Amino acid sequence: MTPASGVIEARSVSKRFGGVVALDSVTVSILPGEIVAVIGENGAGKSTLVKILCGVHPCDEGEVRIDEQPVFLAGPADAFAHGIARIPQELELCDSMTVAENLLLGREPAGQFGWVDENACRSAARNALEQVALDVPLDIAVSELGHGQRQLVAIARALDGQARVLLLDEPTATLSPTETKVLLDRIQTLKKSGAAIVLITHRLGEVEQVADRVVVLRDGHHVATLEGDQIDRDEMVRQMVGRDLEPAAMESIPPGQVRLAVQGLLSNNHPDPIHFEVKAGERIALAGLVGAGRSELLEALFGLRGRQGQVQIDQQLLPPLNPGHSVEVGIALVPEERASQGLALQRTVADNAMLPGLYREAGAFGWLAPNAGENTATEVVQKLGVRPGRTDIAAGDLSGGNQQKVVIGKWLALDPGVLLLDEPTRGVDVGAREEIHQRLRELSREGVAILFASSEMEEVLALSHRIIVMHEGRITGTLTSSEATEEEILALATGGSAA
Amino acid sequence: MKKVLGILTVLVVVSVVTASISPSFLSSYNIENLLRRSALFGIIGIGASLVIITGGIDLSIGSLICLIGCLTPWFITQVGLSAWLVVPGLLLLAAALGFTHGLLVTRLKLQPFLVTLCGLFIYRGITRGILADNTVGFGTAESGLRTLGNGRIPITDGFALPAPLLILIVVAVLAALLLRRTVWGRHLLAIGSNETAARHCGIAVDRVKIGAYALCGLLSGIGGLLFVLDTGSAQPSNFGNFYELYAIAAAVLGGCSLRGGEGTIVGVLIGATLVQVLRNSIVLIDDIPDNIEFAVIGAIILLAVIADEAVRRTVSRRKSS
Repeated sequence: MTPASGVIEARSVSKRFGGVVALDSVTVSILPGEIVAVIGENGAGKSTLVKILCGVHPCDEGEVRIDEQPVFLAGPADAFAHGIARIPQELELCDSMTVAENLLLGREPAGQFGWVDENACRSAARNALEQVALDVPLDIAVSELGHGQRQLVAIARALDGQARVLLLDEPTATLSPTETKVLLDRIQTLKKSGAAIVLITHRLGEVEQVADRVVVLRDGHHVATLEGDQIDRDEMVRQMVGRDLEPAAMESIPPGQVRLAVQGLLSNNHPDPIHFEVKAGERIALAGLVGAGRSELLEALFGLRGRQGQVQIDQQLLPPLNPGHSVEVGIALVPEERASQGLALQRTVADNAMLPGLYREAGAFGWLAPNAGENTATEVVQKLGVRPGRTDIAAGDLSGGNQQKVVIGKWLALDPGVLLLDEPTRGVDVGAREEIHQRLRELSREGVAILFASSEMEEVLALSHRIIVMHEGRITGTLTSSEATEEEILALATGGSAA
Repeated sequence: MKKVLGILTVLVVVSVVTASISPSFLSSYNIENLLRRSALFGIIGIGASLVIITGGIDLSIGSLICLIGCLTPWFITQVGLSAWLVVPGLLLLAAALGFTHGLLVTRLKLQPFLVTLCGLFIYRGITRGILADNTVGFGTAESGLRTLGNGRIPITDGFALPAPLLILIVVAVLAALLLRRTVWGRHLLAIGSNETAARHCGIAVDRVKIGAYALCGLLSGIGGLLFVLDTGSAQPSNFGNFYELYAIAAAVLGGCSLRGGEGTIVGVLIGATLVQVLRNSIVLIDDIPDNIEFAVIGAIILLAVIADEAVRRTVSRRKSS
């Protein structure tokens, strides 16, 4: 890594999209050997700021400076040439190619006629991996690595390209606790060797752990810079939201009839029989690490994956592998990946919101009235507080949190008795998360049985009555939330037993 | 290498079964013919695979073969131009047409399927128009040039290597080196695997893609030339019909994913050979009526793809458990 003497600075940058001000005269500078966390709710302007710093968007006003010199960044490749690398959440790796090929992509050591120098490739790749202390074979396809390892490959590639500034966008969103720890360790090592690091994350615990400075954005404005002792969870939340959040009081488990009963469920991902029940009004969390089989369990219940054993909804036997029937008997699944599994991004909010219930509106021969489903869509938008409150804009134009509200809302239009959610608030900002939690609490008070999988420990503890902890496809323990601790859950999730 | 093992097994099994039913399968005459056909289709298969690796497709191969294959004898025997002028000129034209496909796909961001589908219609239509649907042939002319297509290099008494096989070997070695050993090849694979990543790494994505389409055009042109040199004459309404599908089948059977980013030249060669062996088997085995050729080939390709997917699933399941 080059001795980092410089500094990267966004000076009074503003950016408008259409009539919406995404960033309003924001000034941020990052020094070598520093980790700066940029936090804020979705739509606060974090992504816009990062995209300006790495050349994806030009800014309307203001300038980006490197070492005091104003620079124009024509695009990510250009920014990369200036030593600025963005590691986006969706890693930009070529999955079918090897680790070495990925590390040197775009700057392969070449001889005459564009001949690739294999030996130079391998030694350069090895050096790159050493910088992030990652020990994987150079010849295996990147697709065979775990997500944490892939992240480190992406970072190694950036560093090897002489990047002095790393922009990390939600790097830990999909990592297990162990992987997260490794990644944060490596980031701190890189900082000590002089890298300037910008960290965008919703996980405030990580910010407390590693950030030297915290830049808080709200509605496109730079509202606060926190340093040292000021970097504190409550303070960060207050600055992000602009008000204090009331911690929700946890009500005790209400008595109710069993709505979802699972007996002896077995599948490819679940080697031992699984039994549990969810009562009306109950919220149960599925906790565990990546690969614990939580998503697969939800999908098996809903009918997207094969299973054996009995699943009953309101005493009615639910046949496997029949999602259409599941929807009819009142079971709904909010999937993990809202962009790829939950929404048709180019279609309007209305189209998305009315989709699951559309069959109810159809007349003879599947005929739809021109305004079919409009009321449903309006109701979804109102009930969940989707912003902006319009049904005629493309779902893809909403912020992540508001997209998630639509994904959840479209099922509520069907009045499901059992609601399954996979990572209900992944990548959703604090404010929208609280609104979604609030809505889920209301639903369970109305008698809906809720089963959700979450990797966020805070969410598991705050939202559930009971916690089912899974490890490698087996249930390793069931805890009552009011008595459970993070340590206990983690112990069960890693295959140990609760102390 | 592991990836081509499955398709190699299928090739061996089909060959052994055919040989055991029909002794003439192993006759030197048949083997020579088979090698000639496989070589010709291997050349256009390699062209198709380069485009498929980018995640694109080229449906115009057959019509381009028709264009070059018909215009070559036409220019030489009817217009009276020198072969030294006609052959390089037409190959340049084929490369230029491929280049144009690339330009339309990258600069105008049109879908490869659409661009090359239009090519499929246009080139055949133009050829039929120029020749007024008349068959053109060399007659007795250009017998020297024709050895490129129908030449034989005697090895033993009865057996000779067909000339196109040598051309294929040169093309295949060059293509394999290009794909595996040069920066351009790396970039081609990277683009097919993840175009955004490639772009953000500073790779000139458009230029590399245009190159792939131009090479595919050139190889189709070479194919068209060799086909007509071999047969001696061409009929514009059916010359090269469906050849793009044989080329795509060779690439897909050989391990090229239509999603892009994957593929080997060795695989494509085996794929091309398998398709020709299948066609040959249908002719040789009396119990299979010749007119169901397409159905048999379609079914075999489908089975191969299903088997491939099944193997992939088993492997990934074993890996996860």
